[in-house]
Amino acid sequence: MPSAKTTSLLPLEVSSLSYRVDQETLLDNIDLSVDSPGISVIMGANGAGKSLLLRIVHGLLEAHSGAIYWHGVAMAETLRRRQALVFQKPVLMRRSVAANIDFVLRPMGGQYRQRRDELLHQAGLQHKRNQPARLLSGGEQQKLALARALATEPEVLLLDEPCASIDSASTLQIENLLHDTRQRGVKIILVTHDIGQARRLADDVIFMHRGRILEHRPAASFFDSPSSPEGQAYLDGRIVV
Amino acid sequence: MQDFSEAFGLAASLILGFDADLGEIIVLSLRVSLSAVLLAALIGFPLGALTAVLSFPGRQAIAVLMNALMGLPPVVVGLLVYMALSRAGPLGWMNLLYTPMAMIIAQTILVTPIIAALSRQVMEDMHREYDEQFRSLCIPTRRVMTALIWDSRYSLLTVALAGFGRAIAEVGAVIIVGGNIDHLTRVMTTAIALETSKGNLALALALGFVLLILALSVNAAVYSLRASAKRLSYA
Amino acid sequence: MKTRPETILLIAALALSGTNPAGSAETSIIVQSTTSTANSGLYDYLLPTFKMDTGITVNVVAVGTGQAIKNAKNCDGDVLLVHAKSAEEKFVAEGFGLSRQDLMYNDLIFVGPPSDAAAIGGGRSAIEALSKIAASQAKFASRGDNSGTHKKEMALWQEAGLDPGQQSGRWYLETGSGMGATLNAAVGSGAYTMADRATWISFSNKQDFKILVEGDDMLFNQYGIIAINPNRCAQVKREAAQKFVDWMLSAKGQAAIASYQLEGQQLFFPNAN
Repeated sequence: MPSAKTTSLLPLEVSSLSYRVDQETLLDNIDLSVDSPGISVIMGANGAGKSLLLRIVHGLLEAHSGAIYWHGVAMAETLRRRQALVFQKPVLMRRSVAANIDFVLRPMGGQYRQRRDELLHQAGLQHKRNQPARLLSGGEQQKLALARALATEPEVLLLDEPCASIDSASTLQIENLLHDTRQRGVKIILVTHDIGQARRLADDVIFMHRGRILEHRPAASFFDSPSSPEGQAYLDGRIVV
Repeated sequence: MQDFSEAFGLAASLILGFDADLGEIIVLSLRVSLSAVLLAALIGFPLGALTAVLSFPGRQAIAVLMNALMGLPPVVVGLLVYMALSRAGPLGWMNLLYTPMAMIIAQTILVTPIIAALSRQVMEDMHREYDEQFRSLCIPTRRVMTALIWDSRYSLLTVALAGFGRAIAEVGAVIIVGGNIDHLTRVMTTAIALETSKGNLALALALGFVLLILALSVNAAVYSLRASAKRLSYA
Repeated sequence: MKTRPETILLIAALALSGTNPAGSAETSIIVQSTTSTANSGLYDYLLPTFKMDTGITVNVVAVGTGQAIKNAKNCDGDVLLVHAKSAEEKFVAEGFGLSRQDLMYNDLIFVGPPSDAAAIGGGRSAIEALSKIAASQAKFASRGDNSGTHKKEMALWQEAGLDPGQQSGRWYLETGSGMGATLNAAVGSGAYTMADRATWISFSNKQDFKILVEGDDMLFNQYGIIAINPNRCAQVKREAAQKFVDWMLSAKGQAAIASYQLEGQQLFFPNAN
């Protein structure tokens, strides 16, 4: 395994970021700085703005105001090339499992078949390589989406609730893959509202509530004693409006 | 009408007896219309993909234009191609008038808008699904287009089939640019028109049945291909 | 995706579309022709012999005389074979054709339903028949397509001092199509019409229609043959075209025309001089 190295894309600096849809403010003047390696978990209830924030820092959506800098460079496509995003609902192409990976690998040149088999092996999908991707189970589809994201050799891996609706065996495999990926020095930003998963994976926690970031602290300290009543309520499993 | 039963009988005997002249006409019909559809697909699929993927001003206007051109009357296309290919026309030196190639050109023009417009609709839907993922992966436009064409290949087969249906059934364009010359440019539809004008209504109808069977077999072949693709979730 | 889909399509398209232009080889010519000679089977009867004699393939584009002349003016043919003498002479006078020769003749006839509402049956005079039809306002189907037969019909109306154009769409029906389509329309709607005898004899959808008027000198129907002028149309196959014209006018060609029969009747009468 290659030695851990810190990505040169960090720190991620978000300042005064706002996003509105028809008069409704979905992200409200967000400031965020992520400079530690490892896994940052964005937590919060549904509608807190987690997925939206993830898409905006990846450059898929444009904020109405505010700025995003990765290592001091304003967000642009050249930066997006060094990142990968795994969506909550995997978007797989109408091809075989292997061809879905090849689609990403082939333009990178080289011996892509070997690399693809490696990736499929890591994702536990090598025996399904010739099957149509869209006939895989939900868990398998998400593993394939993750393998494809890793095929791009991202420096930052963004995941939007990757395990929201999949079986626990697949969840375990995905978490293991994320662990390995973290070990290799890839920065991971994971959106989840699965508290258990956050506890298992997080190095630091960004807690969002109704379009704002209420807390950003090391995981241990957040889970131990959240500073905001909303964070406390969330961890207690109470519904906060 | 006694013509109907007579036509059925004639159609059966034409097919079972395998008339050499009829065979020639069938082969030419298929050659002309399939070539036209292939050429139209070559132009129409990328055009459909381009208008599905790119958002540029006037894109809507192009979509409306393509839809309108779907209703282009074959006679008008035939006339335009005749004027271009006539020895007195700008492309007369190519000596293409009254050849199968002229018929292929006319039918290609006729079919391209259909294939472009319908494939745009197919690929627009797929693009909506793929778009975020592709943008996340920073896939360049050209590659997005080829990926959409490839991934919608089974739906596009159906699109091509719609074009084939129009090509194989039209008479207005091929009769003008082909001239309905025996053993050279006579196809099913022009043969039907000829027999009708000779008053051989039963024979004309019988040829119509043969044409129908032809169209049915092509359709059946494509649909069975598509059905198996659907089972594999590629469609 | 080993081979790109475009490549497959391209190869398939090229494979399917092999060209064999009608006009490229010196051994084939295009005849722009009136429909009656083609629909009656005359060419099918003559051309194999001509091909045997000369090795030349004749590709016939059978359209109305009006369109045939128009196509020939666009140089889209090597020989013109139609039946509208004055239009043909004008064609030559304007320099499109080398010279016009009488080739053969037959005659035009009036056909109609057995009920014969205008009571023209058994008559000989074309003028009288038209006058009766107009007077009784019985349906009459006209080619309306500027063909030889249509031109003849218009001349006859004029001779009769009548202008049926004003009645167009009432009892006077202009089909704007070929002889066969017009016959189909006449038979379908119980209308009178005027046709050349060759097309009528070879027409299969007569139902109960009959010849009602024939034998008038004014119904004489002359066919002419013209080689297209190579000075006007550079791509004309001069030699092959001339060979065809010469053969049709030769004793052998004329005899062949005379010997063509359908249902026991001679359809065309050679009269080259």
